[in-house]
Amino acid sequence: MPLGRLPAWLLLAPALLLLLGMFLVPIGWFLVASLQELGSLAEILEEADAVLLSGAVGGALINTLWISAVVTALVLVIGYPVSYAMSRASGLAFTLLLLCIVLPYFTSTIVRTYAWMVLLGRNGLINQLLLGLGLVSEPVQLLYNRTGVIIGMTYVLLPYMVLTLYAAMKAVDMRLLQAAESMGATPLQVFARVFMPLTLHGVVAGVLITFILALGFFVTPALMGGPGDMMIAMLIEREVELTQNWPGAALMTIVLLVVTLILYGLYSRFTTDEKGAMP
Amino acid sequence: MQAVALEGVTKRYGAETVVAGVDLAIPAGEFFTLLGPSGSGKTTTLSMLAGFVQPDEGRVMMGGRDMTRVPPRGRGLGMVFQNYAIFPHLNVAENVAFPLSVRGAPKAEIESRVAEALAMVKLTGFEKRYQRQLSGGQQQRVALARAIVGHPAVVLMDEPLGALDKNLRYHMQVEIKDIQQRLGMTVIYVTHDQEEALTMSDRIAIMERGRIAQMGPPREVYEKPESSFVAAFLGEANLLPVTPEGAAARGPGGALIQAGAGSLPGKGGLAFIRPEKLSITAGLADAAPNALPGRVLHASFLGNTMRYEVEVEPGRSVLCDTANAAGAALHAPGADVTVSWNAADSRFLAG
Repeated sequence: MPLGRLPAWLLLAPALLLLLGMFLVPIGWFLVASLQELGSLAEILEEADAVLLSGAVGGALINTLWISAVVTALVLVIGYPVSYAMSRASGLAFTLLLLCIVLPYFTSTIVRTYAWMVLLGRNGLINQLLLGLGLVSEPVQLLYNRTGVIIGMTYVLLPYMVLTLYAAMKAVDMRLLQAAESMGATPLQVFARVFMPLTLHGVVAGVLITFILALGFFVTPALMGGPGDMMIAMLIEREVELTQNWPGAALMTIVLLVVTLILYGLYSRFTTDEKGAMP
Repeated sequence: MQAVALEGVTKRYGAETVVAGVDLAIPAGEFFTLLGPSGSGKTTTLSMLAGFVQPDEGRVMMGGRDMTRVPPRGRGLGMVFQNYAIFPHLNVAENVAFPLSVRGAPKAEIESRVAEALAMVKLTGFEKRYQRQLSGGQQQRVALARAIVGHPAVVLMDEPLGALDKNLRYHMQVEIKDIQQRLGMTVIYVTHDQEEALTMSDRIAIMERGRIAQMGPPREVYEKPESSFVAAFLGEANLLPVTPEGAAARGPGGALIQAGAGSLPGKGGLAFIRPEKLSITAGLADAAPNALPGRVLHASFLGNTMRYEVEVEPGRSVLCDTANAAGAALHAPGADVTVSWNAADSRFLAG
């Protein structure tokens, strides 16, 4: 039964109200109230200049972009073959793969992060294994530095990439690959000239969603990173909790929000493209 | 020269034998059709020719070479797929160029071959279009151009016209046939449309449950079916139950039936006769061989023909097609008529 515009909006209304009440109103109120503390527009701009050009914000922003980029690249490299296997698997194999990918999702981020800390610590499983095999002579520092942050975030973000890629790969008509093969294409050519281009929009969508999510990460870098791994979300939290500098936090929030919205704009362009395939 | 041959090819999926010991020999330049209902094994047979499916037994020969274990890309075939399999991320020219470019052909050669193939299917000027900008018939032409661009000796076609409307299908039949003859290609064509098979083929193999029920030129398989399955699958057929009596037989109402060919087992069989070979005359004629008195049940006007359904005994009727020619007499439902035919136009079938 086709729904008119009005009923569709009615169905969306509960979700929209929730979003309005729980997200837009609080963040709007936070931003307005915090910035009003500073006084006039000129004073706000002056403060913005000072805060945003300060070393702390610049450093955190660079950290955030760099960590997000590395994590996104890793997630893509690890996720692409997994998604491919999932899109070709059926029955029990598919169910097992899906469970492996999705099950950790149902555990809280904090629990998962602590589990990684057990694995990666100085006396953790991984270091014991490396020492036992004689690959290293002393424990490797895997926690409380950039390595720890990247490992932790890659793990948490992997399902988003895998599920996005899976959807794109599942939509590829297998008969096209068969056709390419019958036309003389080698397996590598079938992949590079047919499969890859047909899943490229999924790659772009997966990269954007992973990057967007990585930008706002807080728990994992806070628990698994060191002092040099301050990300923008952690800085915002510190401004609010520690230094009680609400106007400063508000200004940084705006920066994060703007970057995120720009990327989100790109993301929705790629995911709502009519055919889902790139011309 | 023999282009393609299947030798005792068998394929099983689990307990089910989909193709059972098929033998085929197709000479170069022939338009050969695999015809059968769905599930008869014709598509599996084609897939084994293409190399997508490995036979469990038997050999696939091409140009005298054993190709049974050669992967699809090593067989050098052109192929038109049922759903066309146009690459959506490539434009028409790139699609048609695909078989050449994956083999690393020089750019100049690709360009001239693509232009030639597109001209042949009348798609010159569509080079830059994408699949979503093409009609069904145009997509079909792209698929055809891509199959012939490398001038393969053998082209496989899997129900290529199935998705087109009737008018367009007829045009494409003529064009495919024309291109096949111009390039001297061997075409192996799969269809479930008997009319298409009859129109286009040099020879037809009618498949039934994984086996070739009969193989021969269209006219031969149409007029001389060797089983009731073939008779009924290729168009309308009257199949009258008869019991043997000497060289002839007794049919409905005890009428004497003679046939030009075929033989009957002792327990009886069927007399086969096409509706268009029957003549219909008004009134109940005296008893004579191959003449059945009856009553018109339905008279359908089909444009160039009239189709009568004539009840020749309670619960049994025959179809009779007569040309709607100048001055043709019409018979109204309920009228008493006699249908008759020449013994040479009918055959006895075992069943």
